[in-house]
Amino acid sequence: MTGSPQWLSMETRVKPAVFDYHRPDNIEEACALLAEYGADARVLSGGQSLVPLMNMRILSPAVLIDINRCRDLAYLREEGAAIACGALTRQSEAETSDLVASRLPLMSIAMPHVGVRASRNFGTVCGSLAHADPLAELPSVASALDARFVIASSRGRREVTADEFFVSALTNCLEPDEMLAEVKMPAIAEGAGCAFHEIANRAHGFAVAGVAACVEFGPDGRCSRARLSAMGAGDTTARLSPVEALIEGQRLDDALIRAAGAEAAVVADPAGDVHADAAYRAEAIGSLVRKVLRQMQGAAVER
Amino acid sequence: MSAKKVTVRMKVNGKEYVREVEPRYLLADFLRHELQLTGTHIGCEHGVCGACTVLINGKTGRSCLQFAAALDGAEITTVEGIAGDGPLHPVQEAFHDAHALQCGYCTPGFLMTTIEFLQSNPNPDRGQIRQALTNNMCRCTGYLNIVDAVEDAAKRMREGACGA
Repeated sequence: MTGSPQWLSMETRVKPAVFDYHRPDNIEEACALLAEYGADARVLSGGQSLVPLMNMRILSPAVLIDINRCRDLAYLREEGAAIACGALTRQSEAETSDLVASRLPLMSIAMPHVGVRASRNFGTVCGSLAHADPLAELPSVASALDARFVIASSRGRREVTADEFFVSALTNCLEPDEMLAEVKMPAIAEGAGCAFHEIANRAHGFAVAGVAACVEFGPDGRCSRARLSAMGAGDTTARLSPVEALIEGQRLDDALIRAAGAEAAVVADPAGDVHADAAYRAEAIGSLVRKVLRQMQGAAVER
Repeated sequence: MSAKKVTVRMKVNGKEYVREVEPRYLLADFLRHELQLTGTHIGCEHGVCGACTVLINGKTGRSCLQFAAALDGAEITTVEGIAGDGPLHPVQEAFHDAHALQCGYCTPGFLMTTIEFLQSNPNPDRGQIRQALTNNMCRCTGYLNIVDAVEDAAKRMREGACGA
């Protein structure tokens, strides 16, 4: 078999810049490589966020640490009252997991909005979180669920909250020698209402705005705990704390839902871009808050 | 400048290949330039258009977003492998009969997406079909004939399964 024509040189056929490739077998080896190469290195898991940036040469890491052979990082398991998801767990695995469906239903209902099936087959939950896109679904789900981010390095492990993990658009709090090893999400209380809605120009395109919500109700039918997180409301995914404060202790009647939507539009501090200007995004977030809360009314009544 | 090459062993359409490639070689380029399997088309090269979709260990994936080196030991099915030398796959027949392509550039990706989709959902409604097809972009057809073709392919495959 002959190769391609001579004029089609290697340089014209490859998109990413040259890198050294390492394929550790476990997280200790991965962390040792990160300790050695630090800021020159990037961790490759599913590659669905990293590789586009490398193809466009927005990112040109000198070293790629491929963790796809680190089987010790591929798990979804119950740990006490939380579900732990390892760095190599694919989005499609979480999407079809009975454990996630029963204990973290918010993640199950949000997952079909994440990319497309071909990207979820390979993209990982932790990879999307580490990418820290303020318009991505999983950061808002993790934020709404009070997730703990388990960060590993050869120096040891530490845990941070979503607020600490997401620093700004596409920027997380990881030090150069650290990786996101696991995300731990407390199981959602039985009977809580969960809803996720987003507005996008195309079904699989980037969202303009989105809201993830998890609301618990007391025996009196009043909202006992509300957690709402918005995507597109700022340069990181953000909890809508003033909206949560407004509805906690209250009955979710129509007037309260209208007030909550208005408050969300005020609290949101979105950026404008080619897809939507800032004022439209703020209105969209208000509208989405009304939509998720209307869905919660059903959960309150069912009790 | 080039990096140290790595050995990649891959089973593509049932045939074993071994190649030495740079780690930055993408699966799409590996298939086209190393194996001369040019049925897999490359569109946007950043995971949006779906033209380069292949089956990687039985699951659809963007071959422009995978490094061949990272797929050492994997099994790949490309559009060349879905019917082999035999008659057309029912999905291919349905696309042909419904005129679900014009220029054909996106078609290999649509076929791979459809094959995976119908395996998990053999009797989809049109809404589900449209949802599944968000995986891929077509700039010619306006999608209507593609939705028709997928619906027809599902019918052919259900009937085929009954007849078998």
